[in-house]
Amino acid sequence: MSDALPIEVTSPTPLLELRGISKEFPGVKALDDVSFAVYPGEVHMLLGENGAGKSSLMKVLCGAYRADAGEFYYRGEKVAISSTADAQKLGIAVIFQEFSLVPYLDIAQNIFLGREPKGRIPGTIDRRRILADAKHVLGKIGFDIDPSTTVDKLGVAQQQMVEIAKAISQNARILVMDEPTAALSDRETELLFELIARLKADGVSIVYISHRMAEVFALGDRITVLRDGRRIDGVRPGDVTPDQLVRMMVGRNVDMTYPRHFADKPGEVLLQVKGLTASTGISDINIEVRRGEIVGLCGLVGSGRSEVARAIFGADPVTSGEIIFDGKTISGEPDLAARRGIALIPESRKSEGLALLRSVSDNLVVSALRKLFPSGLFDSRGAQRTSDALIRQLRIATPSARQTVGLLSGGNQQKVVIGKWLAAGSKLFIFDEPTRGIDIGAKSEIFALIDRLVAEGAAALMISSEQIEICHVCDRAYVMREGRIAGHLTRSELTEENIVRLGMHHA
Amino acid sequence: MTDITKETIMPPRSFLSQDAIQVFYRLLAALLICAVLAVLSDSFLSLGNILNVLRQASLTFFIASGLTLVVLTAGLDLSVGANVALSACIAGTVIHKTGSPALGILTGLACGGVVGLLNGVMVTALRIPSFIATYGMLWVLNGLTYWYMAGETLHGFPAGFRQIGSGYLFGLPIPVYLLLVFLGIGTFFAQRTIWGQEIYAIGANPVAARLSGIPVARRLLLVYTVSGIMAGLASIIFLSRLNSAEADIGESLTLPAIAAVLIGGTSLFGGVGTVFGTFIGALILTLVLNGMNLLSVSANWQPLVTGIIVILAVWLDMKTRRRAQ
Repeated sequence: MSDALPIEVTSPTPLLELRGISKEFPGVKALDDVSFAVYPGEVHMLLGENGAGKSSLMKVLCGAYRADAGEFYYRGEKVAISSTADAQKLGIAVIFQEFSLVPYLDIAQNIFLGREPKGRIPGTIDRRRILADAKHVLGKIGFDIDPSTTVDKLGVAQQQMVEIAKAISQNARILVMDEPTAALSDRETELLFELIARLKADGVSIVYISHRMAEVFALGDRITVLRDGRRIDGVRPGDVTPDQLVRMMVGRNVDMTYPRHFADKPGEVLLQVKGLTASTGISDINIEVRRGEIVGLCGLVGSGRSEVARAIFGADPVTSGEIIFDGKTISGEPDLAARRGIALIPESRKSEGLALLRSVSDNLVVSALRKLFPSGLFDSRGAQRTSDALIRQLRIATPSARQTVGLLSGGNQQKVVIGKWLAAGSKLFIFDEPTRGIDIGAKSEIFALIDRLVAEGAAALMISSEQIEICHVCDRAYVMREGRIAGHLTRSELTEENIVRLGMHHA
Repeated sequence: MTDITKETIMPPRSFLSQDAIQVFYRLLAALLICAVLAVLSDSFLSLGNILNVLRQASLTFFIASGLTLVVLTAGLDLSVGANVALSACIAGTVIHKTGSPALGILTGLACGGVVGLLNGVMVTALRIPSFIATYGMLWVLNGLTYWYMAGETLHGFPAGFRQIGSGYLFGLPIPVYLLLVFLGIGTFFAQRTIWGQEIYAIGANPVAARLSGIPVARRLLLVYTVSGIMAGLASIIFLSRLNSAEADIGESLTLPAIAAVLIGGTSLFGGVGTVFGTFIGALILTLVLNGMNLLSVSANWQPLVTGIIVILAVWLDMKTRRRAQ
């Protein structure tokens, strides 16, 4: 496919152009002769699987990495981006997935952190001006909130707005956003899209990284696809189909359908939750999961899905209600639930699922120590054998079981989290957003794995914000709204429309 | 977005584990110090001096070995020195009153263990950060000990009891045998039992450990209790060696024990380190102090040198670890 810029453009000179950017790390070419141009006031979608080079390109753009080769042009003039200060001077700002806000400072202080207007007395801050300036910037992006609110009181979406306000206050002309909707609800996503439209109208360019096909087509003016560190193509959304884009990303035909073998008749009841109420904001939850089933748990972010999962697993205290697992009532800490055969694959695998600095092997056996070594004596060779078998079975891409798990890709880390429960011989797997931040190839592998697990008599309760995944994979689903079960959908009723209808407020 | 580049450029872990490499470097450092001291001082290599070094190192090691387990869980026990003092005074009183060393030893160990258990309860049930909980405990124990002793000194214990700290068996001081035994037990516990593995997992990520089904609170209780019992053991050795007990004997013990743990390569952030490393840490610490004595360097310099060694050791560790990642 062509490497030149293929598209006629609205404005003759790009705001920023990268030509022939290469970046090499020992043993791998992270970026290989990538050219990339951003025009004023456009939304430029950056697509690619994990490891395709999006992250490296982003880091080169914002000056965090120095390119080994290649040139930068700003409004047609050659410039250098060799530090984050250089990038900032050119008006490039990045909104990372993990925000860089100080939780106990207020919004205004966060926006002007390190650039506070000086007060009359040396060493002081002009509090009145900082609030007024913050109000002005917030007004610009249409975010109506008191700038003296501390950031720790804000939700993810609001924190993101503060990050954007911070970038705008620094006169950012190019805003790089890394999967900005990953943690947003549908309503919040809509608000973000409105803001993006407004920024565009002001001539701000947006480089937008996404794994969600729908967004790519809804927002994008142009699309650049990366694969294996190379630029594969640049296209306009109107000229391609989602399937074509996927093929460009993975370089082969991928089965977009999710593998699932539905059983004719589900098995016996494995989990029964009756009137579960917890102080984390869920009340009167009634759920049933049978062997051989994948049951979806959907609803908006914040509707209490994760809280239900945590309460069942014993991670949060339960105020009332009953959890019956495999015929017996359980209550207590996670170690009890785990020993009885419940597995939780938490939403945040880095902070809750893995010991990142420990090895793949250490992480794979951690939940199965008692089962693997009933005498209480640990044997590292035994652990190694179990790990090697799991690495083969789950096709975890790692040089060895001794590799530090934090160095694996997102998909492989997720396989390790699942693997530790396979080693423990769990019967019920509770997945909280199992495919977040995972590329398409790894996604279908994970679904195939879940399918195989339930076919062998286990059961799964799956939380996902990707309604399409729920619809394709689940036997049936519960929909949550404001901490309660708002409804139940059977296989034939399971459509995106129904999920949204039940999950919406004031539906 | 994840960063696959990092993954693909990483060489697989080398044949030796990170822990083994750390211990190896430390052994080299200890040998190097020995070589230097042997050249500089004629008396360093004498049998008497070497046994003296080992005996001194053993006392630091007993306290530091229990502490190592605490630090592996990303906690800290600042009360160990004060615990030694209280346990020694109580054990000493029991021996005086009953005339039974065995009863005294048991009381000393029990006192240490109960204090450790209380630390554990504060950390788990009350969720007080270990640093603060054990710091408070330090003051409480000091207060108790001063009140209990009321300025008195206990001394004069049965000859049999004094053998524990100052006796010899086949030419080696008895504390050195105890050191070898507890080095073995500690290493076995940390490396070869599933509780040891769970302790490393808790230190590496307590949230993930809990959500992986590890009974975190119970393991922490165990670890703080063990740390207390080891302080109790140290109190017995102390009592028996000095043949006396006063309220203030614990004050110079806590910081050297922490130094031994850190020099030994256990990370204050948890999840990394070994009991054997702590043994070498205690050895290095003692060797340097011993060398300074032999070379007639003023004792005033010793804290300064200890501080520099701690900083140097931790800095080198962080450097090699960063390179490994």
